[in-house]
Amino acid sequence: MEKYCLGIESTADDFSVGIVTFKGKVLANIISAYMSEEGGIHPREAARHHAIAANKTIREAFEKAQIKPQDLTVIAFSQGPGLGPCLRTGATVARALASYLDVPLVGVNHCVAHIEIGKLATKVKDPITLYVSGGNTIVSAFDSGRYRIFGETLDIALGNCLDVFAREAGLRQREGMPFGAVVEKLASKGKKLVLLPYTVKGMDMSFSGLLTAVVNLLKRGEYRLEDLCYSLQETAFSMVTEVTERALAHTEKKEVLLTGGVAANRRLQSMIEAIAEEHDAKFQVVPKQFALDNGAMIAWTGVLAYKHGIVTPIEKSFVKLRWRLDRVEVPWVK
Amino acid sequence: MGEMKTPVLIKKGAEASLYLAKWHGRKVIMKKRLPKKYRLSRLDEQIRTYRTAHEPRLMHEAKKAGVPTPIIFLVDMKKATIIMEFVDGKQVKQLLDEVSESQRRQLCLKIGELIGRLHKHGIIHGDLTTSNMILDSDGKIFFVDFGLGEKTSELEARGVDLHLMRRALESTHFRFAEECFNAVIEGYSKVLGDNVTKKVLDKIGEIERRGRYIAERKEEA
Ligand SMILES: Nc1ncnc2c1ncn2[C@@H]1O[C@H](COP(=O)(O)OP(=O)(O)OP(=O)(O)O)[C@@H](O)[C@H]1O
Ligand SMILES: Nc1ncnc2c1ncn2[C@@H]1O[C@H](COP(=O)(O)OP(=O)(O)OP(=O)(O)O)[C@@H](O)[C@H]1O
Repeated sequence: MEKYCLGIESTADDFSVGIVTFKGKVLANIISAYMSEEGGIHPREAARHHAIAANKTIREAFEKAQIKPQDLTVIAFSQGPGLGPCLRTGATVARALASYLDVPLVGVNHCVAHIEIGKLATKVKDPITLYVSGGNTIVSAFDSGRYRIFGETLDIALGNCLDVFAREAGLRQREGMPFGAVVEKLASKGKKLVLLPYTVKGMDMSFSGLLTAVVNLLKRGEYRLEDLCYSLQETAFSMVTEVTERALAHTEKKEVLLTGGVAANRRLQSMIEAIAEEHDAKFQVVPKQFALDNGAMIAWTGVLAYKHGIVTPIEKSFVKLRWRLDRVEVPWVK
Repeated sequence: MGEMKTPVLIKKGAEASLYLAKWHGRKVIMKKRLPKKYRLSRLDEQIRTYRTAHEPRLMHEAKKAGVPTPIIFLVDMKKATIIMEFVDGKQVKQLLDEVSESQRRQLCLKIGELIGRLHKHGIIHGDLTTSNMILDSDGKIFFVDFGLGEKTSELEARGVDLHLMRRALESTHFRFAEECFNAVIEGYSKVLGDNVTKKVLDKIGEIERRGRYIAERKEEA
């Protein structure tokens, strides 16, 4: 008989429910996005959205997957890292569902889940992963039981940097066109490169100096917005690409996986592709529905963990706001 | 550059290619920063030129601070190339995995002391990894690869520098990362004192807790 896992994702502004089979077939992946008017995340408002959206999203997922709640073997939820109120809402829903159905619960690390679903969706096996989103900027690779962090941001995340700039520039995001995509579109009309702070330290990077500099230039009004978007992208993407290349050179891995919301950016894709080629590595971008925050990734990682005997007792299911990727044992990876 | 004999590529790093060559009768390393196709050429040139000029300067300062670094013989900005002394020795990266526990501790103590000296003189290395440290036959540890370094005594920069050291240990020597880092800190505090060291350690903790949801996402998280 087929076994199923339902996964709940609620680390930030999206509430999402996925259902996958133990063999790795995604039957449902419903995302309910919360988008505040002026952009930016207000954790409590987002959490309120999640609480309201939960019921409907779960129902939709069951309909889509064509299974009944009683068919579930296990329930997974994102336990961290993320925003407290949002995480807690998801965890509460997961706990209630698990105890009602009397099935085990598995707390999943959000960053691990991004990597695992990326591997499932693109069939890469042992990649260097560049995970770039609104809340994370991480270059990692598996080694001896864990995903090790080779490089990360020292301050704000890449997506956050793009978002804040867009907001400062008075741009608007809408459904299907997040701030990053708006910046990308403008950047494609940019011609003139303005030199901005380029900060790589070892394998880490810093975006806050870059953001401050480009916002100051914006306010001075001497440059076209298109050129600023262009320069911001070129500078920031070159930084993450440099770090990814170094990780690739040091680990000699043969695959590169690009994921997270910012992975949708064509310019970034082409840069990462270029270094992959240079090092004879295979390059894969995670398809959008699995690159954004989504429930399927939580469900799938829940399956992997559960199969290795990992469950999370209710009393240990408290959320972990700053749960680092490299603190998680992943015994299912060889 | 004159009289450069038979350069042999010995390492194609992520940033630069390193050649071993004979130059005026000496064994030298020629470090050439190659253009990166993924970067716009103007940005690329700017980065390479800056680092080529910057690296020898910091190496020189480091030496003054009592930290062994290769002697610089020549800098060619146009070609983004540095010619420096070849350090005949072994990468600490390999050594750490081969030696006994007590030797490992001695090495890390020494490394910590050297980092302490750099910081004391306002130098931040910027890329503290065990492959950028070479032990020569006289038992001296040389530091190389200062291209990402800077001159500052800020706590933040010191914290980042040591955080990078810790992470390099964790990602390549995870089996004994902790004992190594503890020894590094012990050596470091011999030079900078317990007070400064404690402040830097606190800073490292803060840095490692960052990286997610700051700016407007911070206040409620
Ligand atoms: N085409 C694009 N180019 C650049 N950035 C983009 C593009 N499309 C989306 N983004 C950015 O992706 C980010 C959102 O991605 P995602 O949903 O993965 O982030 P998140 O909710 O902050 O997730 P996480 O919790 O994983 O950090 C935003 O910063 C958005 O601006
Ligand atoms: N003068 C030298 N003598 C001997 N070995 C050296 C010398 N300079 C560098 N090396 C060795 O070559 C390696 C690469 O040099 P370096 O770190 O300067 O290049 P890189 O391209 O910046 O490397 P990375 O891959 O870290 O970016 C060093 O880790 C070091 O072990």
